[in-house]
This record gives sequence, structure tokens and C-alpha cells, in this order.
Amino acid sequence: MEDAFELWSVTAACAVGHYFWRGLGVALSGRVTVNSELFNWVTCVAYAMIAGLVMRIMIFPAGMLAESALVDRLAACVLALAAFYAWRRNLFVGVSAGVVVLTLASWARTFG
Amino acid sequence: MVCFRGLKSVSNAKIIAVSASNDGATPGWRLGVREAFGVPAAVVGPAYIGYGSLAEEYGLSIAHSMFATVAIWALPGQLILIEMHAIGAAAIAIVLASTLSGARFLPMSLSLLPRIRDPRHGNATVYLAAQLISMTGWAMAMRRCPDLRSEDRIPYLIGFQLTCIAVATACAVSGHLLTSALPPLVRLGLVFLAPAYFLVILAGELRTRVAAIAVSCGAVAGPLLYVVNPQWSVIAAGVIGGTVAYLVQRRYGRRV
Repeated sequence: MEDAFELWSVTAACAVGHYFWRGLGVALSGRVTVNSELFNWVTCVAYAMIAGLVMRIMIFPAGMLAESALVDRLAACVLALAAFYAWRRNLFVGVSAGVVVLTLASWARTFG
Repeated sequence: MVCFRGLKSVSNAKIIAVSASNDGATPGWRLGVREAFGVPAAVVGPAYIGYGSLAEEYGLSIAHSMFATVAIWALPGQLILIEMHAIGAAAIAIVLASTLSGARFLPMSLSLLPRIRDPRHGNATVYLAAQLISMTGWAMAMRRCPDLRSEDRIPYLIGFQLTCIAVATACAVSGHLLTSALPPLVRLGLVFLAPAYFLVILAGELRTRVAAIAVSCGAVAGPLLYVVNPQWSVIAAGVIGGTVAYLVQRRYGRRV
């Protein structure tokens, strides 16, 4: 119960944090030009953070993904990217390829 | 500006078709609703099915996923929240990391709102619209607004975004339900959906130099720092990887 309360509070705080940026954009629009160097840095941080998280999930996953083999996950990543580029940057093809490859590879392993 | 280029690459592939300009007979909000069904919903849907599956896997409730989707309404921020919660990170670390990932909304609302502001809509409506903005809606509104009458623009954005939010919430719920109903192997695929989605989106961003350097630095820093300290690894990978990337592109980026 306490744990659930904490999770919901943290979620609400994340929502407030997101609204901070959205609302600030409205408040500043038409008045201020954002310091572009500061903004470049924030953009870099945002990119690096989500890229770091995705790679961390691929290499050290939590929960059910941890039961799949590292090799299978990396193969799924490589083939997802290959399919994405091969099909003229089609998001659906890339993501589907990744999901199918991991599923099939894990299924194949059930045969020993 | 995570995801922006990824979306652009989708639109470059001519999946997003812009319909004929408004004849003035259709109210703005209805046009928004109509255009949200189709490719925007099809892009958002699978991502949120993946999110719901992952949340289910981490033992989170359907109610929580619905709340997170409506209140945060930013998939990277939500993914960071549930991933860090799953590894038991400190609350302050979660809020900081998730909030930082939302910084892209500042230039988005900064650039969009002067174009859609209209004296017929009050300040409160504009601040509401800011809460609803997403990457897809922003890109769509930037393209559509010139064709729309000034007073139709905010209703268009609100109609478009509320539809996306409704689709996303429904998909997150179905992600939960599918995950609990399907056999383990299919479940594994569903749980893999959200990380695979971001992997591909990030790959789509590699076109610009700044994004390419930042994504590479983060991709290396993320797993390495996780070994050092799981709790703070997401934010540390962002700040360290991002700062290195910023310095690198500042030093070498402009000359080339």
C-alpha cells in the first residue's frame, strides 16, 4: 500500500516535471529566445539518457526479458536495425523484425 | 528532441499523408480527430501496447498505466519511470531523470504556440493545449496550421491530441490484458516491443550530427554506469554522456 502510494506520487511528480517544460514554453513564447547553447546541452543530455536506458535494457534487462539470452537480444537489435534501413527507414518493419527475431530465437531455444 | 527525427523519418517515408486543405466547413477539432486516426494512431498504438506489456511485467496496475499515460503523456519519460521503479531507484532520481527527458517540450511549445495562438481562445486553453502536445501532434500541427483558419488551429491540436491520448491509453490497457492472457513466448515479444521501438526511433535520429554523437555517448555510458550504480545510472548516463557529446560536437562539429 505504501509502495503503491510512493509510485503514484512519483508518477505525479514526473507529470509536474513534464508540465514544467510545456508551460515554460508557453510562458516564454514570443518573449525570449532560449539560450541555444544551454538548449543544445539539454538536448544532448536527453538523447544520451534515453539511448543509455535502451542499451541498458538490451544488455542488463529486468524482469521477463532477463530470461532471454543476451545473444538473442543483440541479434534482435541488429536485425531490427537492418530491417529498418533496408525498408527505407520503416518504423513498423524495424520494430516487428526485432520482436519476431527475439520470439523465434527464444522459441528455438526451448528445443534445447 | 528525442523522437522528433524518428517521426520525421516516418513522415519522409510518406506514410503520413496530409489530406486536402480545409474547406472551412469542418470544425477544427473534428479535422484533428479525423487526422489522428490513421498513421499517427498507428505509430502511437504499438508503442503503448509495448508500454502496457512492460508495466504488466513489472507488476504495475492498469490504473497506474492509464494515469501515467494521461498525466505524463511522454513515452520516454514514462519508460524511464517504470524502468527505474523496477530496479528500485530512489524517488528523487526517478523524478529528475524523467523530467530531464521531457526537456524537448520546451522548444516544441515555444515554437508551436505563437503560430496557433488566437485572441478568440483564452490563456487557459493555450496552457491546456501545452499539456496535450506530443511529438506527433507537434509535427502535424506545424505542418497543418498554415492551411487552417486561425481560430481553428487550437481546436485542431486539441482534437488531434485527445484522440492520440485516448488511443494510447486504450493500447496501454490492452498491453496489460494481452500480456496476462498470452503464453510466455508471445509475452516475451510484447515486453520487447517498447525497447525495440525506441532502438529503431533512435536509429532514425542518427542523421543529424548532434543526435548521432549524443546517442552514441549515451549508448556506451548507459550500460557501463549501470554496472557502477544502477540507481543513478540513467541520469548519470544522460549528464555524463550528454556533456561529453555536447563538448565533442562543439569542438569538432562546426568545422566539418
